[in-house]
Amino acid sequence: MLNRVAALGKVTLDAIAGAGAALFMLMRALFGKPQLRKSWPLLMQQMYSVGVLSLLIIVVSGLFIGMVLGLQGYTILVDFGAEQSLGPMVALSLLRELGPVVTALLFAGRAGSALTAEIGLMKATEQLSSLEMMGVDPLRRVISPRFWAGFYSMPILALVFSAVGIYGGYLVGVRWLGVDDGAFWSVMQSNVEWGQDILNGVIKSLVFAFVVTWIALHKGYQCTPTSVGISRATTSTVVTASLAVLGLDFVLTALMFG
Amino acid sequence: MRQVENSALDDALVVIDNLHFAHSFGAHQVYRNLSMRVPRGKITAVMGPSGIGKTTLLRLIGAQLYPQQGSIEFAGHNVHQLNRRDLYELRKRMSMLFQSGALFTDMTVYDNIAFPLREHSQLPEEIIDTIVKMKLEAVGLRGARDLMPAELSGGMARRAALARAIALDPELILYDEPFAGQDPISMGVIVKLIKELNASLGLTSIVVTHDIAEVMTIADYVYILADKQVVGHGTPAQLKQSDDPLIHQFLHGEADGPVPFHYAAASLEDDLLGSDHA
Ligand SMILES: Nc1ncnc2c1ncn2[C@@H]1O[C@H](COP(=O)(O)OP(=O)(O)OP(=O)(O)O)[C@@H](O)[C@H]1O
Ligand SMILES: [Mg+2]
Repeated sequence: MLNRVAALGKVTLDAIAGAGAALFMLMRALFGKPQLRKSWPLLMQQMYSVGVLSLLIIVVSGLFIGMVLGLQGYTILVDFGAEQSLGPMVALSLLRELGPVVTALLFAGRAGSALTAEIGLMKATEQLSSLEMMGVDPLRRVISPRFWAGFYSMPILALVFSAVGIYGGYLVGVRWLGVDDGAFWSVMQSNVEWGQDILNGVIKSLVFAFVVTWIALHKGYQCTPTSVGISRATTSTVVTASLAVLGLDFVLTALMFG
Repeated sequence: MRQVENSALDDALVVIDNLHFAHSFGAHQVYRNLSMRVPRGKITAVMGPSGIGKTTLLRLIGAQLYPQQGSIEFAGHNVHQLNRRDLYELRKRMSMLFQSGALFTDMTVYDNIAFPLREHSQLPEEIIDTIVKMKLEAVGLRGARDLMPAELSGGMARRAALARAIALDPELILYDEPFAGQDPISMGVIVKLIKELNASLGLTSIVVTHDIAEVMTIADYVYILADKQVVGHGTPAQLKQSDDPLIHQFLHGEADGPVPFHYAAASLEDDLLGSDHA
């Protein structure tokens, strides 16, 4: 019994220490004299590997989810004779929820795991140590550009996801099932609000971007530098980041729309 | 411990004083009361059995690890008491050749070597280009400059890492096993390179190695580590004449003697017959 209490205490302490270390890492990576000449190319390079390379999976998933929304929405709405409302239904689901959330989940699986594995491997092969010994802070050189790249690219990806999704809903609803073309768009336009819907969606994805990228980088930076350690850290990134996104989504939704 | 008098030690660039170190609380103690002086502008060899803590020592000097007790001074600064900014500033004055090479895998060999120059010097790209090519030439890899680290052999990777370590001509270079995995020819080239850097630029070098024969020809001063401490030190000539059984054993590579070859463990008999793992 006492052992269990002690173990619980140790787990709690470890969790707190871990959170502290993660916070400390982030602070050191983000605050400091920015050197535009050097950081700009690094940021662009990371925007490419984190953002651009995630584009395909985002576009394809967005299209399918939009098509499913169109189909499901139509079959429900048509019973009430409200198939004119398909446009706003698809658009609101995507902009408020599915865009930010699904993008964040896909991002955690695609880019987050890659970031963790990359940094873990850099640690295991002593590349981070050798940066330190050269007098180059790995937090500024390696962590910081990756963090900003994730932070900036996820909201853009989420908007792309929503846009493609709306098009998918249009394809199914209007082109296939015959909802009126003009009504689809005009009812959508009059029901989607700039601030309430689009801006809140963007805020959500900024929060998710922050959390997912941070978790991914921290897991990589703190991993045990062995092959098992890296694979655990990668799995842990995907699991932790996904749970964090779903939990935060509820909180944010409650705050924004509750 | 045997005290060998040597006036060269008066002007020391690195001074290690009563160092105690273990990797973590309660873990195997790596150093107990270690003291060393590394003379400025000289080549100092550090030898000792595998696993004794030579790499650990270099990491301590670079303040990547912190000792439990004792101090390390580099050019008059206690490296473990500097704040981050000063430590990073100080590290620009030293460089380390890692045992594994530690090349940046996402850059070509050329960019790896240009990296410290681009980070820390304001030199224009043409001059950097000249320096990089000269360093590559010095380690015999000028032709391999466009390869990625993954395309190099182990020995080539270490030579590329060596070129990177000397790119900025720092005051102190820490070489962790520079000769490992080299054929006799590149070994000779590296030995000569270390010697030349030291002679022409007055750099201070600490060379960690097992290759006794090679290092005895270039070292000005030698430390032999065993049993968590320095067990012998002196110039190569002094050590060769030493009648200390420890030094004799080490220099002649005898498995039996005062230096234990094995990592501290229960006796083999107990381990084979005993049941503490079953
Ligand atoms: N990260 C670590 N955590 C715990 N113990 C470690 C760690 N790294 C090394 N050690 C231990 O510290 C001791 C010294 O290791 P070190 O790598 O410095 O040896 P070395 O003298 O460089 O050996 P070699 O000649 O084989 O490279 C070893 O006993 C090793 O088990
Ligand atoms: Mg070693």
